Amino acid sequence: MNAPLRRVGVVVMILFGLLFANLNWIQAYKADEYRNSDYNGRVQVAEYERKRGNIEVGGTAVALSKETSGKLKFQRSYPGGAMYAHVLGYKPVNLADTGIERLENDFLAGTSDQLIANRIKDMFTGDQTGGGNVLLTLSKRAQETAYKQLNDNQVGAKRGAAIAIDPRTGALQALVSMPSFDPNPLASHDTGAASKAHNALEQDKDRPLANRALAETLPPGSTFKIVVAAAALENGVTQQTEIPAGPSFTPPTSGTPIRNAAPSICPEPQVTLREAVTESCNTGFAQLGLRLGADKIKEKARAFGFEQDDLTVGETGEDGGLPVAASRTGEMAAPGGGTDPAALAQSSIGQRDVRMTPLQGALIAATVANGGSQMRPYLVKQLLGPDRTTVYDAAKPRELRQPVSGPVAADLRDMMVNVVKEGTGRKAAIEGYTVGGKTGTAQSGPNTPDHGWFIGFALDKNGTPVSAVCVELEQAGSGGSAEAARIGGRIMAAAIMEGR
Amino acid sequence: MRLARSRRNAELSLLLLAMVLVAAYAATVEANVLDTVTPDFWIPAAALGLVFLGLHLVIRWLAPFADPALLPAVALLNGIGVGFLRRYDLANAAPEQRESLAIFAGTGGRQLAWTLGAVILAAALLAIMRDHRSLSRYAYTLGLAGIVLVMIPAVLPGRFSEVNGAKLWIRLGGFQIQPGEFAKLALLTFFAYYLVRKREVLSLASRRVLGIDFPRGRDLGPVLVVWLISILVLVFEKDLGTSLLYFGMFVVTLYIATERVSWLLIGLILFFGGAYLAYVLGSTVGGPFANFYDRAQIWLDPFAEPYDRGYQLVQGLLTLGTGGLFGAGPGGGQPTLLPEVQTDFIFAGIGEEIGLFGLSALLVVYLLIVERGLRAALAVRDSFGKLLAGGLAFTLGLQVFVIVGGISKLIPLTGQTTPFLSAGGSSLMANWLLIAVLLRVSDGARRPVTGGGGPAARPSGGPPEQLHGAPTEVIRP
Repeated sequence: MNAPLRRVGVVVMILFGLLFANLNWIQAYKADEYRNSDYNGRVQVAEYERKRGNIEVGGTAVALSKETSGKLKFQRSYPGGAMYAHVLGYKPVNLADTGIERLENDFLAGTSDQLIANRIKDMFTGDQTGGGNVLLTLSKRAQETAYKQLNDNQVGAKRGAAIAIDPRTGALQALVSMPSFDPNPLASHDTGAASKAHNALEQDKDRPLANRALAETLPPGSTFKIVVAAAALENGVTQQTEIPAGPSFTPPTSGTPIRNAAPSICPEPQVTLREAVTESCNTGFAQLGLRLGADKIKEKARAFGFEQDDLTVGETGEDGGLPVAASRTGEMAAPGGGTDPAALAQSSIGQRDVRMTPLQGALIAATVANGGSQMRPYLVKQLLGPDRTTVYDAAKPRELRQPVSGPVAADLRDMMVNVVKEGTGRKAAIEGYTVGGKTGTAQSGPNTPDHGWFIGFALDKNGTPVSAVCVELEQAGSGGSAEAARIGGRIMAAAIMEGR
Repeated sequence: MRLARSRRNAELSLLLLAMVLVAAYAATVEANVLDTVTPDFWIPAAALGLVFLGLHLVIRWLAPFADPALLPAVALLNGIGVGFLRRYDLANAAPEQRESLAIFAGTGGRQLAWTLGAVILAAALLAIMRDHRSLSRYAYTLGLAGIVLVMIPAVLPGRFSEVNGAKLWIRLGGFQIQPGEFAKLALLTFFAYYLVRKREVLSLASRRVLGIDFPRGRDLGPVLVVWLISILVLVFEKDLGTSLLYFGMFVVTLYIATERVSWLLIGLILFFGGAYLAYVLGSTVGGPFANFYDRAQIWLDPFAEPYDRGYQLVQGLLTLGTGGLFGAGPGGGQPTLLPEVQTDFIFAGIGEEIGLFGLSALLVVYLLIVERGLRAALAVRDSFGKLLAGGLAFTLGLQVFVIVGGISKLIPLTGQTTPFLSAGGSSLMANWLLIAVLLRVSDGARRPVTGGGGPAARPSGGPPEQLHGAPTEVIRP
């Protein structure tokens, strides 16, 4: 019986050889793939072993980690609740992280290359210090005002966005998307509850998870007239140049007449450009657009930042950041080639296929206020080490582009100031400051209420721009743009108060 | 004649080395989990060392020529198992209670206590069974007992037999045992006895069909019946791993007894045919085969339902992968993230912390035990002993293959304990009994034919039945 016993020994050798080969396959060849798998909870547990850094606004932590006795040592919490949700994002255990939490994850978690010196120090001292801290550019007061005013808007709009920028630097002062959501349940260590909360938000028809201020576009309505006016000013038109207007205008080859918002607005056949801006004269701008041609308008819109697909809002020096949707002027060509006059006329008053993000609106106002120079928008002011003393990265503002020359910017600024002084944007006025702006009312569809828009800026006594804003109230109906102007003014006033 | 040496001192040194390794493992665990090594880290290793030292002394006295590598190898595995289970308890304890966790608390503490019991049982078996041939007297009793043990959980109401959906237990109050673990030993003894008795009939009196010699039904009958009953019961108990184990055990003992390769071929064809049939039936008919079909599906693509049916296997693979070549170090892993890490998946849990190199070492230790068992079978002079030791050693190796192959996605996963590592008293006791039998056979194998050799040389109770020389049945065509 010894021969078969020996063969059994060989069989056992082969079986163990298979085990050994298979373990090599898993633990050597596939190790990295398995180690970094999304299903691998170890990465998360390790991540929660170290205290994650704060995200702070004006000296207050709006995202912080508290020690727990659970398996995951630290619980992420957001004391501001829904107010900062679209900026901060959230850091869930099992879902994808978003917002600044995602953008600055390495630094907050303490795993960034920048923090290597800290980690080496900790190894020797035995301390378990946390991750780095991220300081945001937001103004606490402006953000709170924007959130409250937007959610308590007097026209009953359920969706919308508000965004405020420092025109001189591009630093964001406020960013709100309505409706918002509370990120706290999403960061729950009970992953089942977190997924449930996330699913509920995803299924909400008002899409609270969407960042309307940066990532969604709507027809801008009359706010787009600033772009058309800029194109006109660069092509021989002055503020006092008379342009054709009238109660109604039907573009050639199209039977749909363009009318003004009210019969009292520019019924006379000719108005000055300044009057057309102040009263938001649709017939005037439709004909002005036809005179300029589609190319000039498209080119000017592009100069202001339309059609840019890769803009992000994060740190100034960095390329990464929260993605910004591209604003578009859309197609204005006739099917047989050449320009479609009807499309061009409607596009000139911000309808048809023109689409704009609230950020783009704020950038237009900021550029006008800043003498024609558009600064790159950013959210991260400073990266502060775990010890709170070492500054790793401080924002260095940089110009993004120069859409218009100084004199043209000055003319636009002058006209926009007049809109708030005498025209449709009166509600945006702030006492002691020079406020300029432009309202917009955009048709949302055949049977749905209009969107209300306001873009604007505030200058201090010396004429220095201190804040630029864009407020959008989706399907706000009549009075929407006036309410947007009022909210815009309040946000800028709050930003000014904090800045002082 | 070769000079027979007992090599007991080698056994002692190896045993001490194993215990030093176990203590070092415990210290590393504490350093990683508690950030400090408590003054009593060595207590479990010392307790185990005392128990094993006791068995060593019993071996010195009762089986002085036993293989010296078996005890230290098993002791190392058992010690690592206890150490890992204690490490698992530490991970489960609240942070502030970790440093004061009692030595005999939790799964690790229970395993330590079970080890004590199992080793005493093994020593008792060595004391009672002075010659392995005496086992053959009880072969039919053991065969019957094996069937009964396998069947008990199946006939008991679920409330006495079910744990996590598997009906494998006898539960009385807080006490529970898994009778199948012991049935393995009983059935193998019966197989060995019966096949030796019928050996010549089986290999000579046969009908040739399709070029393969088949023995007559009346010769193979009893063993086939016993085996079939076990397999059927296990299939309906949904204990696929154990039925696979019994199947392999039976085929291999048959092969060793008859020396006919055709049995292996028939076994393999039956096995793969059966597996394929069960898979097809599982997907169409369902019923008792649905479970097998399910497991095969999970095996083919565990990542198809990573949070549902495939969860455990996926987590097992991720655990092993995270360990990589060197592992996270004892205490450096996350064993609590892996369901059933204390039983079925202990090999993966350990693998996260000791890595590929550590697991390879453990596999080599297992291989050493199996090959030492086979070597005892080769060297022993009686057929019953050869078949018994060979069958037991192969069964142990097959069990390691089934469970480790299962958790590493080499073969479909079937619930099996990892011998000497998994938490659980039944498995520990049954496997220590198996080792006691191997020790006894190896003692018989290495003992010099003439001359003294301690009090075990002349077992009391008269000479045992000499199976090797016993006449076999007369062949009537």
